[in-house]
Amino acid sequence: MSAIALEGIEKSFGATRVLGGVDLDIRAGEFLTLVGPSGCGKSTLLRILAGLEAPDRGRVLIGGAEVTGLRAAARNLAMVFQSYALYPHLTVAENMMTPLKLRDLPRAARLPVLGPLLARDRYRALRAEVDRTARILKIEPLLDRKPGQLSGGQRQRAALGRAMVRNPVAFLMDEPLSNLDAALRVHMRAELSELHRRLGTTFVYVTHDQAEALTMSDRMAVMQDGAILQTGAPEEVYADPDSLDVARFVGSPAINILPGRIDGTGGLGALGTALGRFRTTDAQKVAIGLRPEHLSLAPAGASGFEGAVRHRENLGADVFLHVDVEGIDRPVVLRTTPTETRDLAIGAAVGIDADARAALVFDETGRRLRFEAAELVRIA
Amino acid sequence: MADVGQAAFRNAAPRAVDGASSGGFRFSTREAIKHAVLILGALIVLLPFYVMVSYSFKAPHEIMQNTGGFFGAQELFRDDFCIKLGNAEEDCMVRPLNYNYTTAFEKAPLIRYLANGVIVTVSIFLIQVLVALPCAYALAKLRFWGREAVFGLVLFCLLIPVHAIALPLYIMLAQLGLTNSYAALIIPWTISVFGIFLMRQFFMTVPDDLIDAARMDGMSEYSIVWNVMLPTAIPALLAFGIFSVVAHWNDYFWPRIVITGNRDLFTPPLGLREFKGDADGDNFGPMMATACIIVTPLIVAFLLAQRRFIEGITLSGMK
Repeated sequence: MSAIALEGIEKSFGATRVLGGVDLDIRAGEFLTLVGPSGCGKSTLLRILAGLEAPDRGRVLIGGAEVTGLRAAARNLAMVFQSYALYPHLTVAENMMTPLKLRDLPRAARLPVLGPLLARDRYRALRAEVDRTARILKIEPLLDRKPGQLSGGQRQRAALGRAMVRNPVAFLMDEPLSNLDAALRVHMRAELSELHRRLGTTFVYVTHDQAEALTMSDRMAVMQDGAILQTGAPEEVYADPDSLDVARFVGSPAINILPGRIDGTGGLGALGTALGRFRTTDAQKVAIGLRPEHLSLAPAGASGFEGAVRHRENLGADVFLHVDVEGIDRPVVLRTTPTETRDLAIGAAVGIDADARAALVFDETGRRLRFEAAELVRIA
Repeated sequence: MADVGQAAFRNAAPRAVDGASSGGFRFSTREAIKHAVLILGALIVLLPFYVMVSYSFKAPHEIMQNTGGFFGAQELFRDDFCIKLGNAEEDCMVRPLNYNYTTAFEKAPLIRYLANGVIVTVSIFLIQVLVALPCAYALAKLRFWGREAVFGLVLFCLLIPVHAIALPLYIMLAQLGLTNSYAALIIPWTISVFGIFLMRQFFMTVPDDLIDAARMDGMSEYSIVWNVMLPTAIPALLAFGIFSVVAHWNDYFWPRIVITGNRDLFTPPLGLREFKGDADGDNFGPMMATACIIVTPLIVAFLLAQRRFIEGITLSGMK
């Protein structure tokens, strides 16, 4: 059973259509990432799910019940915002207690000063709840500080704490890591994944960073221009993209796109080099996607593709070589090892070896072509 | 400084570069002129205060003849009013400073006036906040049809001078039988378009996420205004508070119109009139002493809140 379902969600702001009929099923307990370039509508979709925005058309269901018209607070979802959105005038403990107070206490007990005196036991119970959550997140020493006195990572945890105390049906996260520095971001990725495993609650996570989507999610939904292009496990989306846009968006460094064609006999060729043969007779222009790890270095003159080294991007374990190849605007990026490229100078002529079996072929509109291959060769 | 430096680079003349890079204090004509103009302005603003304070120290003849410097000679002089009441002359010799300040409190119920001033300004400010915060919140953060038009009207209302609508306002209050009451002093000012405008501008800088977080936590819109927006808006509110309190504490025009008979309702500026030329002639010493007493609370309040006031005006209290 799906925990959350979005059916035919449409939304426009003025004349701009932000979401055009989005359908999405989110399974109970999964970590689902909505990923896409900025402006693709992913945040709007999350806000519609949260109840902060009303869809123009379509339905939102949580646990099988329709909540489209329900107030945000009544949906029992918790949200973590990019800017953390902690109340600046309250301490971390008070921040975390706010949603509990609003949910559990009657109006009279929420009065300032008087409230805590009237309902002392209840306040103690809430405080215990806050302490329990703080222990999980290891933020107990921060409870009496105000958000202004915390570092970015600490604020992030406090915001998580405020979301966690209510035991929500699902956590909604809107780019929660993008305000952190790079090292902390990588660390928090692991921590969020662990938290997800530990809580077993549904996470819906919005990001523009495909690396976050790949590293953390059970499933990811790639969005563009107000539509979901593909939904699937990260490995599946990475290895088997349905469209050129998805292939381009997922993976870093980005996939290499070579202009190619399929001739009347099904022969696939790019830049004058034959890559293999498909069982098809439709001659057409195609785009061939080859990821950097499917290309390797070859001696100059020994293979079909040749170019000049333009840039050497050293990441320590891997070296990404940017090679200018005639006939393509962008340099081709290939993954190599430091030992292979130690003696390569900028401008040196190199050959590129491609594993055609890993090539992803797209038609002119960017749709993936899945032909049965008669023979695909490893160009060497 | 930057200008001089750039000019030096443009000329590329070694002499000019030397001049620009000498470091430490450097005379700049531009800065000097700026400061001269500002000092002159400050003097012009301070002069009436100087006169006010000085007169409140001096005897009547010193004021008339413009002698005695700032403090006056503080010699005993004869209080004619005291003589008129039939006292002996030696009982009526007074020190100017004592005389001015005691008369200020004796001749008019100044304490009562000050209390009235506090009641009126505080009530006005509280009700203004009560009205302005929800309005500003709606104008800044809620999307509704006609929002821009409503905000346009707010801006338009900023342009209307109070004096232009004083008469209709007075007639309305008179018809309701509210003249000569605290209500008449307070009601016309309870909706402050300036307050709405100022708070709206401030609320625009509050991140939307904060409001969404409050909604997710289950707060109602009113609850958001009072529990989230109000605490974050303290600097702006203080600035507005100073504007509002100063304007209504010092207001002479409106109380003069609606308080016609009942002296118990006089605000401090109306109290000043008590010293204004009746049969005895003008009595400047006590009048200036009253003026000093009236402005003191404001000046003290400003000095205390100065830093936050500037913060609020520049709307940079929040990052």
